[in-house]
Amino acid sequence: MDEHLLRSLTPGVLGILVRRGADFSAAEDAVQEALIEAVRVWPEDPPRDPRAWLVTVAWRRFLDATRSDSARRRREDLVDDEPAPGVGPGVDDTLQLYFLCAHPSLTPSSAVALTLRAVGGLTTRQIARAYLVPEATMAQRISRAKRTVSGVAFDQPGDVATVLRVLYLVFNEGYSGDVDLADEAIRLTRQLAAVIDHPEVAGLLALMLLHHARRTARTAPDGSLVTLAEQDRRLWDTASIAEGVAILQVALARDRLGEFQAQAAIAALHADAPTAGETDWVQVVEWYDELVRLTGSPVVRLNRAVAVGEADGPRAGLAALAPLDEALPRHAAVAAYLHERDGDLPTAARLYAEGARQASNPAERDHLTRQAARLNARRGPPSEAGRPVGTPTPRRAPPGS
Amino acid sequence: MAKYLLLKHYRGAPSGLNDVPMDQWTPQEISDHIQYMNDFAARLEESGEYVDGQALAPEGTFVRYDGEGRPPVTDGPFAETKDLIAGWMAIDVDSYERAVELAGELSAAPGAGGKPIHEWLELRPFLTAPPTITE
Repeated sequence: MDEHLLRSLTPGVLGILVRRGADFSAAEDAVQEALIEAVRVWPEDPPRDPRAWLVTVAWRRFLDATRSDSARRRREDLVDDEPAPGVGPGVDDTLQLYFLCAHPSLTPSSAVALTLRAVGGLTTRQIARAYLVPEATMAQRISRAKRTVSGVAFDQPGDVATVLRVLYLVFNEGYSGDVDLADEAIRLTRQLAAVIDHPEVAGLLALMLLHHARRTARTAPDGSLVTLAEQDRRLWDTASIAEGVAILQVALARDRLGEFQAQAAIAALHADAPTAGETDWVQVVEWYDELVRLTGSPVVRLNRAVAVGEADGPRAGLAALAPLDEALPRHAAVAAYLHERDGDLPTAARLYAEGARQASNPAERDHLTRQAARLNARRGPPSEAGRPVGTPTPRRAPPGS
Repeated sequence: MAKYLLLKHYRGAPSGLNDVPMDQWTPQEISDHIQYMNDFAARLEESGEYVDGQALAPEGTFVRYDGEGRPPVTDGPFAETKDLIAGWMAIDVDSYERAVELAGELSAAPGAGGKPIHEWLELRPFLTAPPTITE
């Protein structure tokens, strides 16, 4: 059974239930139950019309739940008056669901969880594993999120920017158990792009595809990080790059630039270079200038300093770095890299070790420790650096359920 | 079954025998060390004894209540703090002896020169749920 196909039907089915008068929270529970039932029944007995099957089963579950609650008698009367199943596909419903699940009243972690469940059709257990929290905690987070948006009218127009931020978070953060969050984010963004014509939606989809294309090249067999410059570019997924570039070009032609398009443009320039040495760093810097203009983000300025270092030499990069706050994440790592390129190895080694201490994840920490070790091995001891810091490494949630 | 915590310290534990700072190792020695730790955890998952493993950033903040209506006071990190936890692995094993055996194995992770680091790990039993049968 194609689980992606099954889950892609989720928002449409949920939309139909809500249109028929079910409240969002109860409808969402009913759809979850129908999905679980489908996983159980379909392999033996595949339905002719999967979507109609889901609507029927979910609606029955919703009615059962409603009937079992006598306090909801009035709603039961309401739904009994509703027309029979057969409502057409809801493009608008899907879009409304994205808006609702990314509603500004939700915290980012709640919006992510609700989107993955109500739009993505993932189970609470899968989401809990992906974020390494107990299932009961995730269940509580989702039900609180549903309560938070319960008063929001389903037809209320939303802000696509909030939806994009949620999808970006799904792509960029998380641990992954049996669910590949990056794949899921791409699927959800693709589905969103199908129901709304917006250059930043296209920009985010292109950005995800272009980064996803490098995924196998990004880690060595032993799990260590491989930097962009050192990646084996033959491992890059050319189909994913081609699709990302094509989507980006159409979006850019509309001349409504946004931060995701600009980020995707930078990724596309890297994808376009046959070797790291052939990267068009001057253009990369120009895109970073656009990004600084669009976002004003200090993190963007930090990345820009690296690009300036490549385009105009390490001294220029260090000059671009100078006005930035040293407390910025990765500041020490960037400074270390620029000092190394400038030939100041003792400073670079010290800063790499400092960057390792500041790293927010073990992969980056171990990478920076190796960089420090590489330089120290070349020039010999000593340094005042600390104890071994390489362990322990958090384990991923075990696969399977 | 009993749960134990294997605690690794940035500082506060007695020095190991092969106590060379990690950035003075060769890159290959670092890779070998990380591989050893990963293999160790994978083996415990395999044997059904692994519970959890987490690493902590070296620097944190001390926080305390500062009275009604006031924001909490924050302070630190304190350079003089003796005990600094680097991370842990939680295991669920049949006996104290097994926990010691595993801690010993973890402490044998290779370091500088490819030799075991003989690092001191702190082994702490979890307090358990009260037993059902008490007499």
